[in-house]
Amino acid sequence: MDMKATKKKLGLKEKYAHMTRGLDWETTYQPKEKVFPQATFEGIKVHDWDKWEDPFRLTMDSYWKYQAEKERKLYAVLDAFAQNNGHLGITDARYLSAIKLFLTGISPLEYVAHRGFAAAGRNFPGVGPRVACLMQSIDEVRHAQTQIHALSNYNKFYEGFHAGASHQIERLWYLSVPKSFFDDAFSAGPFEWMIAIGFSFEYVLTNLLFVPFMSGAAYNGDMATVTFGFSAQSDEARHMTLGLECIKFMLEQDPDNLPIVQKWIDKWAWRGIRVLSLVSTMLDYMLPKRVMSWKEAWEIYFEQNGGALFNDLAKYGIKVPECIAQCTVDKEHQSHQLWLTLCTHSHAMGLHTWLPNAEEMDWLSAKYPNTFDKYYRPRFDQLRELADKGERFYANTLPMLCQVCQIPMLFTEPDDPTKICYRESEFQGEKYHTCSDGCKHIFDDEPEKYIQAWLPVHQVYMGNCWPEGTDPTAEGFNPLAKYLEWCHIDLARDGGDYEGSSDQANFAAWRGAATQNT
Amino acid sequence: MQIDLRTVSIKPLRNTFDHLAERFGDKPASRYQEGSYNIQQESIFHYRPSWDADRVLFDKKRTQIQMKDWYALKDPRQFYYGAYTITRARQQDAAESSFDMIEERGLADLIPAEQKQIALDVLVPMRHAEWGGNMGNSYISAYGYGTVITQACLYHAMDHLGVAQYLTRIGLVLGGPEALDTAKAAWMDAALWQPMRQHVENLLVLEDWFEIFVAQNFVLEGLSYPMFYDYLDGDFSANGATAISMMTRFMAEWAGETGKWIDAQIKVAAAESPENKAVISEWVQRYRGLTLAALAPLAQRSFGDKADEVIAEVTAEFNARCAKLGLAV
Amino acid sequence: MSTVFIAFQINEDTRPIIEAILADNPHAVLDEQPAMVKINAEDTLVIKRESVEELIGRKFDLQELQVNLITISGHLDEDDDTFTLSWKN
Repeated sequence: MDMKATKKKLGLKEKYAHMTRGLDWETTYQPKEKVFPQATFEGIKVHDWDKWEDPFRLTMDSYWKYQAEKERKLYAVLDAFAQNNGHLGITDARYLSAIKLFLTGISPLEYVAHRGFAAAGRNFPGVGPRVACLMQSIDEVRHAQTQIHALSNYNKFYEGFHAGASHQIERLWYLSVPKSFFDDAFSAGPFEWMIAIGFSFEYVLTNLLFVPFMSGAAYNGDMATVTFGFSAQSDEARHMTLGLECIKFMLEQDPDNLPIVQKWIDKWAWRGIRVLSLVSTMLDYMLPKRVMSWKEAWEIYFEQNGGALFNDLAKYGIKVPECIAQCTVDKEHQSHQLWLTLCTHSHAMGLHTWLPNAEEMDWLSAKYPNTFDKYYRPRFDQLRELADKGERFYANTLPMLCQVCQIPMLFTEPDDPTKICYRESEFQGEKYHTCSDGCKHIFDDEPEKYIQAWLPVHQVYMGNCWPEGTDPTAEGFNPLAKYLEWCHIDLARDGGDYEGSSDQANFAAWRGAATQNT
Repeated sequence: MQIDLRTVSIKPLRNTFDHLAERFGDKPASRYQEGSYNIQQESIFHYRPSWDADRVLFDKKRTQIQMKDWYALKDPRQFYYGAYTITRARQQDAAESSFDMIEERGLADLIPAEQKQIALDVLVPMRHAEWGGNMGNSYISAYGYGTVITQACLYHAMDHLGVAQYLTRIGLVLGGPEALDTAKAAWMDAALWQPMRQHVENLLVLEDWFEIFVAQNFVLEGLSYPMFYDYLDGDFSANGATAISMMTRFMAEWAGETGKWIDAQIKVAAAESPENKAVISEWVQRYRGLTLAALAPLAQRSFGDKADEVIAEVTAEFNARCAKLGLAV
Repeated sequence: MSTVFIAFQINEDTRPIIEAILADNPHAVLDEQPAMVKINAEDTLVIKRESVEELIGRKFDLQELQVNLITISGHLDEDDDTFTLSWKN
């Protein structure tokens, strides 16, 4: 053997090929279809898994090394934050509503992403995507855990965090929006999972979630969130390249894959955009110090960046999803419509809402010159008037939910922002309601899937959402109170308006103690 | 001297999250507890999986083993992601300096030819079996129940990939890229490797995730790691091939650490009910026989006429471990 | 023409990396935001190991970028010497 040749240092690409591709083999004692039973049922044709290009070439030794370095830094900041009452450095405690939504609605998704990528990392017959998916799987458990750890400190001092990343995601009516999104993806096959989460969510949408929002956290003095957010984003760059590589790979393998992939892109772009409307309220309403409007974030991270992406995918025959035209209209409206709904339902929520003050409404007017003053300022003015009379308005029923995205029916017709949009489909003799053409289209394509949706509001009215041992015939039985108890919400402290809340009072008292001598 | 930190003392409203207070009482929870308990969703799922329409996404019925509380299967190492990566990064540092030293000083050239050949024939092809270990543990992480065991299995899956990559580096150090090709050919076709490859492939089609845990983590690792990284390693050191031992230190240390975690899972699951104990014991008996048959030719190649003796000792140690865990084997 | 970008956390590790990128990519535009910087460039952006090494006076592995990376856009091609983002149209 020529030992000299072996001493030549191997390049990154060559070394990585030996360390991953070289490990796999074609099984002969067990048939391929039994070893990889989920590889073909979705109709995606793959002829040569070796054509897969690994964008980041991390071996486990480097993975451990760099990830451990990130973890040491992250936990050093979290420890310092806890030791120094870092929570008193935020601009205002109402900012924490955004963070409560994050812990109860986003962190559980990170966890499901971890399990789903573990499945993808087992199910693809190609070793390249398997290793990349497994690294994403372990990163996602990191994200769930670092978020819980970062926000644990807020839980010690503020209301609305105490259910953690458990319980509420399965039960609360507004959290079924993000939950059903991930349930939808995980209950599909591995290829659709990759388009749903790997491509649409990670590549197209995650920047919209993390980057402006984390800048917002930095702007509002929340070092705990900034730290986990940016640290998670450093993994995200790897995940985005995986999603992009995956879609290219599917399209290059066989022309028959194009219509399937296009259908999934259309579906998941719309599903993702609907989920992100929650983020639109964070940017436009929940941050006391604002970084950019939802509309601006949308333009930078979706229209410009997504535009470049779809230009690139055009060579494979991929078209920009039709729903994007609707989004161009919606970006002027969605945060306002959704925040109005949240404001009038926060007596059934685990976080505080508030009516925007005069200065905030001026900011919204400037950012939304076409819509805010015309459609939304008058409605906030009216709510403010009632609140000033001590009659803060709350809707006394729970809202009807869209059968697909599960957001309350609150968004308006594409051509009339004063008219709520309803769509109806019939399946097996039953009527189902959706909130938009996008959701109706998704429903009509797979009705047998979407009729299974566990719509929390329906379930509440059917009496399925009370703590064990509840007697609904008892005198003075209050179904809403029992539902909230079942959701681990203590309404007196967790929900309602921020004005007059114990969070507001405690924050003022503690901050006073921290900045004054008396 | 008293240092005034100028921090305000504020009494927390609560110490931890509801589900942890219910489980452990209202006291500050560890990062392991916060990051592990109850973070898997339990009962409400929107859609039936297209790949398993009779069950829900996270379903307790994907194994014959039944537990009243799946979170009883906790990890004695208390590994959450941060603790796990920081531990492995430390071990990797030590391994890296061993490899550096061997590569820089050309220590591989000093290994006696016979010992080097044993490593090339027996250790390097095992990287494929390690990749099988990765697949089994990824499966558990995806389809198992309860974060305390599913997260640990993902760490275990990544560790198997890490071990496969260390074995790859050993191949590169000892014989360059050609050594990897030779090992792959042996894994695919040589008589020496066929029983092991067949056994590993058979584990890839199991559907009961706890059965995979028993067959792969408890039995296959429980018999092969002592044989390779204890007995064979002892022979390497005794015969002037310390350089090989330096390159397998990670594996030896890892087997000790992960063995404690695996034992804790088996012990708790078996103690839960007579049914669990019977099922696990039956699996152990079945896979012990199959694993020993797969290891026999490799023992022959490694130890020559001492092979039966080594196998007997490894088996006796394994049986003692089973007895300690309350299994009837 | 399409824009690629890369964003980093602002800290001591990334200062020389950003400097190297701006020197090697005259067409790149710096966008400073709270706690992060984003570098936008038409079509392509390259990070060179050697340029970073010159600024920090030690060996640099391009995979170290990952510790402080926030996001990227474009196709990535990485080898031992360069880390390149581009839209390969």
